[in-house]
Amino acid sequence: MASTIVIKDVCKSFGKKTVLNNISLTVESGQIYGLIGPSGSGKTTLVKLIVGMDRPSQGDIQVLDTPVPNLNLLQKIGYMAQADALYTDLTGEENLSFFASLFKLNKKDQKERISYAANLVNLTPHLKKRVQDYSGGMKRRLSLAVALIQDPQVLILDEPTVGIDPELRQSIWAEIHRLKASGKTILVTTHVMDEAEKCDRLAMVRDGEVLTSGTPAELKERYNITSLEEVFLKAGGNKG
Amino acid sequence: MRVLALVKRIFQQMMRDKRALALMMIAPLLILTLLDYLLSSNEVTPRLGVHHTDESLIEQLENMDVTVRQYDELSNIQPVIIDDDLDGFLSMEGENIQFTLKNANPSTAKALKMKVQQAVAAENAKEQANKLSLFIREIQDKVPGGLNKLEQAKAPVIDTAYIYGNKDTTFFDQLSPILVGYFVFFFVFLISGIALLRERTTGTLDRLLATPIQRRDIVFGYLLGYGLFAIIQTIIVVFYAVKILDIMLVGSLWNVIMINLTIALVALSLGILLSAFANSEFQMMQFIPIAIIPQIFFAGIFPVDGMADWLQFIAKGMPMYYAGNALVDVMYKGLGLSDIMVDLLVLLGFALVFIILNIITLKKYRKI
Repeated sequence: MASTIVIKDVCKSFGKKTVLNNISLTVESGQIYGLIGPSGSGKTTLVKLIVGMDRPSQGDIQVLDTPVPNLNLLQKIGYMAQADALYTDLTGEENLSFFASLFKLNKKDQKERISYAANLVNLTPHLKKRVQDYSGGMKRRLSLAVALIQDPQVLILDEPTVGIDPELRQSIWAEIHRLKASGKTILVTTHVMDEAEKCDRLAMVRDGEVLTSGTPAELKERYNITSLEEVFLKAGGNKG
Repeated sequence: MRVLALVKRIFQQMMRDKRALALMMIAPLLILTLLDYLLSSNEVTPRLGVHHTDESLIEQLENMDVTVRQYDELSNIQPVIIDDDLDGFLSMEGENIQFTLKNANPSTAKALKMKVQQAVAAENAKEQANKLSLFIREIQDKVPGGLNKLEQAKAPVIDTAYIYGNKDTTFFDQLSPILVGYFVFFFVFLISGIALLRERTTGTLDRLLATPIQRRDIVFGYLLGYGLFAIIQTIIVVFYAVKILDIMLVGSLWNVIMINLTIALVALSLGILLSAFANSEFQMMQFIPIAIIPQIFFAGIFPVDGMADWLQFIAKGMPMYYAGNALVDVMYKGLGLSDIMVDLLVLLGFALVFIILNIITLKKYRKI
C-alpha cells in the first residue's frame, strides 16, 4: 500500500507559542486514520497544515506524493472544517453547486455529483431549502456533502461529528466506512473516544505532540487495558 | 471559471438580501432628494424691528427682502427681539444708529447685517447726492451767467458674466456632483466590506481557500460580483440626480458614469481590503469615521486650495479628492474627458494598489 499522507518532523509555532512539536505520522492509502486529542491539542492546526492553508515552521508534509502546499492538490482533497462553513442565505443545492464549480466540474458532472453527495447524506428532499432553515445536523451533513463534491481521493474531516446527536453520528460513521470501501483515504479528528474504535489507525495528540499511535487493538495491548479512554490517560500520564 | 462561480454566488446572495439591496440602491436617492430640498430652498427672510427710522430706509430694506416691523415705543430691545422672534433691531436717534442682532443663527445674522449696512449706505449716499445737488444749484444761482451744467454721475450697472453656471446656480449645484460620487463611494464600500467580512467570520473564506481557487480569483470575483451591483447603483444614482432632481449637468453623462464607476472600483477594493483588518461588523463600522467621513471634507466642498499645506497634502492622498475634482469638472464646468484624465488615472492607481494589497492580505488565510 502506498502512503497517502506523510508528515515528517513537523513543528508549527505562532509567535513564541509552539502548537505542534515534532509530529511525524503516515496515513496509508485506503485507511481511516483517527487523530484523537482534547480540544486545543493542535489537531485543527495539523489538519490545516495538511490541507495547505498554512505552512509548517519546520518539517515536510506530502499528500499523494506531492509536497504541500500545492493548489492542484486541493482538487484531490475533500475538506470538512470544524465549523460549518456554509452560505446560509443560499439553498443546499446552491451551496453544493457553488463549490462544484470551484472544482471546475462541468455541468453534467456537477449534476451527478450533487445528487450523489446529497443522497449520501440524506439531504435530497431538503436541497431547495435555504441553509439558514437547516437544523444543526443537516448543516453538518451538508458540510460533508460539500467535502465530497469533487469526488476527492483524500478526505480530511475535522471533527465531523461534534455537536451531533448519536443517531446522526452513527449515520456519518456509516458514511465514512462506505467511502473507505470505495477506496478513499480518510483522516478524521475527534475527541470522542468511542469513535476512535472505528478507525483503522490512531494517533493520540496532546499539547502538540503525538503521544502514541497504532491500531486500536495495538494500543490497548500495549497499555494492557480494554478501553481506549484509559490508553489516553495512561499515555498522557507516562509523559509526566 | 472560478471567478464566475463567485460572481454568480454573490449575485444570488445579494438578490436575497433585500435590505442590503435597498440600502445600496434607494438610500442614496433618499439622501440626495433630501439635500436637494434643503440646500436649494430659499433663504429665510430675516425679520427686523425698527424704531424711529426713515420711511425711505424702511422701503430700501423691504426691497431687500427684509420683513420690517415698526415699533413706536421702546424700552428694552432684548426682550422685544426674543419675544417677537425678530432677527435684529434697528433704532435711530438722530445721527446715531443702534443695531442689535439676535445672532441665533450666525448665517442669518450675517445676511441681515449685510442688508442693513447696504441699506444705510444707500440711504446715506442718496442724502449726500441730494445735498450736493442742492449745493450746486445754490452756487449756480449765485454765479452770474451760470456754470456749465454739471452732469449727474449715474450709478454704474454691473453686468455680471459667469464662466461656470449662471446667476441661478445654488450651492447644491456645485455640491451635488461631489455628493453623487460620495454616496457611490460610501455605499459600495460598506456593502462589499461587510460581505467579505461575513465570509471571514463565518469560516466560508477558509473553506473557499481549501479549494484550488487562486487568491486573486477571490479578489476579482468580489470586484466583479459587487461591481455589477455598483454599476447598477451608479447608473440609478446618476440618472436620478440628473433627470429627476435636475442637478446641473453641463458635460457628458457618460463621463459622469465613467467617473462614478471608477469611484465604485476604488470603494470596492478599499472596502474588502479594510475588512481584512476588522473582526466584526462593528469594527468595520469603526473604519467609517477614519477612512470614509474625512474624504468628504477633501472632495471639494471646502476649497482645497485655501487649506493649509499639510491639509492639502492629506487631500492628495484621498481618492475622493480626485473624484470630486473630476465630477465637478464634468457636471458643473462641463469639461471633457481630456481634462479629467489625470484624475481618472489616479483613481485607477488607487484601485490597483488596493487590489494588489488585497491579494497579499489573503495570504493571512492561505499561504499559497
